[in-house]
Amino acid sequence: MRSRPRRHHESLRAAQQRAVPGGGHNDAMIAPPGDPARLSLAGITKAYPTVVANDGIDLAVAPGEIHAVLGENGAGKSTLMKIIYGVVRPDAGVIRWNGAPVAIASPARARALGIAMVFQHFSLFDTLTVAENILLAQDGTHTHADVSARVREISHRYGLPLDPQRPVHTLSVAERQRVEIIRSLLQDPALLIMDEPTSVLTPQAVTNLFATLRTLAAEGCSILYISHKLDEIRALCDRATVLRGGHVTGECVPRDETPASLARMMIGGDLPHPHHRKARAQGAARLVVDRLTVPAADAFGTSLADISLSVAAGEILGIAGISGNGQRELVAALSGEEPLGAAARADAITIDGTPAARLPARARRALGLAFVPEERLPRGAVAEMSLAENTLLTAHGQRLVRAGFVRERALAAFTAATIARFGVRAAGPEATAQSLSGGNLQKFIVGREIRQRPNVFIAAQPTWGLDVAAAADVRQALVDLRDEGVAVLVVSDDLDELFEICDSIAVIAGGRLSAQRAARDTDAAAIGLLMGGAQGAASASLPQDAARPA
Amino acid sequence: MILVRLEARPTPSRVAAYASPFIAAGATIFIGGALFAALGMDPVEALYVFFVKPVATRYGIGELLLKAGPLMLCAVGLAAGYRANVWNIGAEGQLTMGAIFGGGLALAFPQSNSPFLLPAMIAAGAIGGMAWAAIPAWLRTRFNANEILVSLMLVYVASYMLSLLVNGAWRDPEGFNFPQSRMFGAAAMLPILVPDTRIHAGFLLALAAIGAGWLFMRKSHAGFEMRVAGLSADAARYAGISVPRTVWTGLLVGGGCAGVAGVLEAAGPIGQLLPTMSPGYGFAAIVVAFVGRLNPLGILGASLLMSLLYLGGESAQIALKLPSAVTGIFQGAFLFLLLAADVFIRYRVRIGRTPAIAPGIAAAE
Amino acid sequence: MASLQDIIVLTLAAGTPLVMAALGELVVEKAGVLNLGVEGMMLVGAVVAFIVAADTRSAWLGVAAGIAAGAALSFVFAVLTLSLLANQVAAGLALALFGVGLSAFVGKSYVNAVIAGLPPLAIPVLSDLPLVGRLVFGENPLVYVSLLLFAGVHWFLYRTRAGLTLRAVGEAPDSAHAIGLSVVRVRYAAVLFGGACAGLAGAFLAVAYTPMWAEGMSAGRGWIALALVVFATWKPWRVLLGAYLFGGVTLASFQAQAGGLALPSQVLSMLPYVATIVVLALISRDAAAIRRNAPASLGKPFHPDA
Repeated sequence: MRSRPRRHHESLRAAQQRAVPGGGHNDAMIAPPGDPARLSLAGITKAYPTVVANDGIDLAVAPGEIHAVLGENGAGKSTLMKIIYGVVRPDAGVIRWNGAPVAIASPARARALGIAMVFQHFSLFDTLTVAENILLAQDGTHTHADVSARVREISHRYGLPLDPQRPVHTLSVAERQRVEIIRSLLQDPALLIMDEPTSVLTPQAVTNLFATLRTLAAEGCSILYISHKLDEIRALCDRATVLRGGHVTGECVPRDETPASLARMMIGGDLPHPHHRKARAQGAARLVVDRLTVPAADAFGTSLADISLSVAAGEILGIAGISGNGQRELVAALSGEEPLGAAARADAITIDGTPAARLPARARRALGLAFVPEERLPRGAVAEMSLAENTLLTAHGQRLVRAGFVRERALAAFTAATIARFGVRAAGPEATAQSLSGGNLQKFIVGREIRQRPNVFIAAQPTWGLDVAAAADVRQALVDLRDEGVAVLVVSDDLDELFEICDSIAVIAGGRLSAQRAARDTDAAAIGLLMGGAQGAASASLPQDAARPA
Repeated sequence: MILVRLEARPTPSRVAAYASPFIAAGATIFIGGALFAALGMDPVEALYVFFVKPVATRYGIGELLLKAGPLMLCAVGLAAGYRANVWNIGAEGQLTMGAIFGGGLALAFPQSNSPFLLPAMIAAGAIGGMAWAAIPAWLRTRFNANEILVSLMLVYVASYMLSLLVNGAWRDPEGFNFPQSRMFGAAAMLPILVPDTRIHAGFLLALAAIGAGWLFMRKSHAGFEMRVAGLSADAARYAGISVPRTVWTGLLVGGGCAGVAGVLEAAGPIGQLLPTMSPGYGFAAIVVAFVGRLNPLGILGASLLMSLLYLGGESAQIALKLPSAVTGIFQGAFLFLLLAADVFIRYRVRIGRTPAIAPGIAAAE
Repeated sequence: MASLQDIIVLTLAAGTPLVMAALGELVVEKAGVLNLGVEGMMLVGAVVAFIVAADTRSAWLGVAAGIAAGAALSFVFAVLTLSLLANQVAAGLALALFGVGLSAFVGKSYVNAVIAGLPPLAIPVLSDLPLVGRLVFGENPLVYVSLLLFAGVHWFLYRTRAGLTLRAVGEAPDSAHAIGLSVVRVRYAAVLFGGACAGLAGAFLAVAYTPMWAEGMSAGRGWIALALVVFATWKPWRVLLGAYLFGGVTLASFQAQAGGLALPSQVLSMLPYVATIVVLALISRDAAAIRRNAPASLGKPFHPDA
């Protein structure tokens, strides 16, 4: 190992310029001595067959620092975190841990180094208890009793109340996240990665989470916080690295930036807002739900109780709520996918005045209902089928079938028109659904439904997982639809989105729906309180989330 | 370190989809040759006896088509269901019931000269097969019972029923106490299409089934809905497709086709009812359906290939003194190899070094 | 009229091949894999056990060989479905077809062979004890092995960390993979265990229960074992219960035939299969219970990301 003159305060950029990905240099030349970063990435690159997910990424996190990785969906954040956690191997680049180069070949190796990760999608086993779930993730030979004791200890220390003996399927989403966090904390991590943690939390629960994270950081644990929510990052994080299209487009101190400047780094422009035409007068009620009650299908579901709502022509009603509070059941009941059974009143749901609650999905479509489901694949479209075939899925009533046979040319024309009108980037009507990106597929599905000229349009989580541009297109499509006199119902866990496009908002919690109120008469805080209300009641052994101090 | 990995393809490879049955066939022949060599025979000669000799004569080709007929019929029916994730494994039993129903009609009118007898028998056979397939359909839609197990159990039951009939109520009184029914009358027998062979009119029905199957699966809306139901239950429900209806359709079509195949065997080459009406056509048809990619045209080709395997087995039994079960080995091995070759449709093989992270890192580890 | 003890002894023996095969398949399915090829593995286990027992004159060697044969065949299935990601239903059917054909082919020359087999225990004094002598000390040794197998499977699944891991893999393989468990390795082990059990069941049939070889001698027991796992809602003690119930039905139909009951023999022979259908329908009807107890990932292929 050659010696080199010490260089203090060497900038990260200078170090990067000398780092050669993949080449044959002795890394002693590359590693700057006295590098204070706990974790540093230099030139990390990862390419997949269809996209370069990460391209020459540099990043540094100091001990005890809360560092944000900011970027829209598809910017490459998830891939980068998987590389750090050893789930994925980079094609090129150097990872340094406390100054020394390391190869993180697996999650076990990452954990051995002291890196822990809380994924956006939880890795939990519903039929097992909290303790068993945590035990499974432990390397080594801990016993069940050990784990239970430590779980209690950690949950008290960091304000994450949890009973180790409860089966996971009885927990709320926020409680499940606590299991994930405690599972990570059990390893005494030096670096904790949080991947989009707040998409499943009420505003109050977010505040509690931030308190926990600040406590951890104060004890010296570094935190990598992945998000696309500008306000949260400005509130919580010390520094931020911004990703766009796989590259680093900026590093900053979030508190010194404005949302606009952050947005510019994140998407290269200003955040788009939907363009509302002058509001038209709202017409008659087109979708009316009257005291709808649906018992849960099984132990894992949520019962709906006494749900009432009304959407008028030319109105967008938003239903806010944390996922897991009955949204799926409500949407399935409205779309007709879940038969309501003979006990349901036929007029519990009316479409343009016609009782529809006993009608199956097809009959409701015939009445003018259109529906964009939460899962693009495999529900809204069949992955292996072409776009033309996927058009046939719901739009066959558009004179695309004659005497039981498919009119193939008409189908191709209809599909091509949908693709053109909604800006779907696809090879053509014969392209398979799975070859499209998430944003394009969602635009196609929304477009397909809109082209059937519905009277009532239901959209569940319409922009989930979409990049900013596609999300903006979808929201604009919904607004345009509303302006043409359609009654639109949007179910979303993104409060910002709801406030952007909705005329009125109601909150679903624990299977019950709050009263509708005009969007301009309420705000995120009030909605947040309603969102968290039933959650507190569901976890009887725990103090109310809403009551905890910020 | 050399690493062999499977990497998902963005879109399934068409080339691999067409090539893999041939690759599998080639591999099966190779393994067959190895098997014969291991048994001490000259592999080339044994392969000739197995694959070429049976179809070297006009009569041989006739036999090829004769056996391909029921395979085609059963497989087309099964494929319609498999596309919809309806796993009918009991075609053999439905075939038996078809033979019983159709044959029963023939035995009920032994002196008849009516030209309507044959069509009625065929209809009866279809009804018998459908009735037998209706049991797993009903149990699945009403009780959520797995149709694989129910349809399979019914194969055993059907076999016992046939045995009961040919040993008891329907036994030929002049048959020397052998378990068999009387021979069918002339009006109940299928006319021979090509002289000096055993090819009968039933073969035309099988071809018609291929055509109808193609129209149904590829061009009709109902066929499209079955495919959706098979690819994604969620999408089917979203689209308002009735899953119970696809289950009934899939099973009844499969049962009906197998039932017709059964009565055609009874009224064709066999001419009566025997304890075994088929050398396992119902099971071989499952392999044919897969090899043919659940596609009627592919099934046409696959039936001929499977028929050749049957003939080869018989030929090997006579000429090489091998047990007839050698056919079963070839059939099973073929399906195995096809499944293995199919991997390349959805995945690409990547052979390469583990991705380099940075020089000197390996030393640091 | 046979004594109660005799009936129990015979029922246990009749149900034993089902116990063995179904317990093996239960473990496989608990890990999330559906192996329909049990009938094929059972027959191959039977024919190999018989041939080795005949050629080496050692019944126990035959049993060991049968176990190995079942495991070897299941290995082919494992490679196809776990490494090459083939459709599990198709691969299982292929395995069943292949196993039936292979066993018939290989066993052709042994059809009329006679072997000593593995007789029931006969311990002086103990086996003749009144009331329980034959039951506790006079059964076929493999019956006791099957009971040990049951205890072992139960203990493994519910009292060991490895069993917890296996259950987790069956429920959510993606989650298991994310937390670092090796899904593929666990499933390989489970499938091989299932193959070994099916081979053991076949060996029991050909070497102990009725020491002989005949083509297709398992008569669908492999398929019945599959139904049993569903009937038992994937709980080992219910597998035991169901297996002995079916053993009893099979026995009853034999006894009825022998006893000259007025029904034709074919009707009595149909009974176990009809019973399987009925039981399957009744159990499956409670879809919620099935959803609660069935391993959530059953039958779905698992592909870890690059």
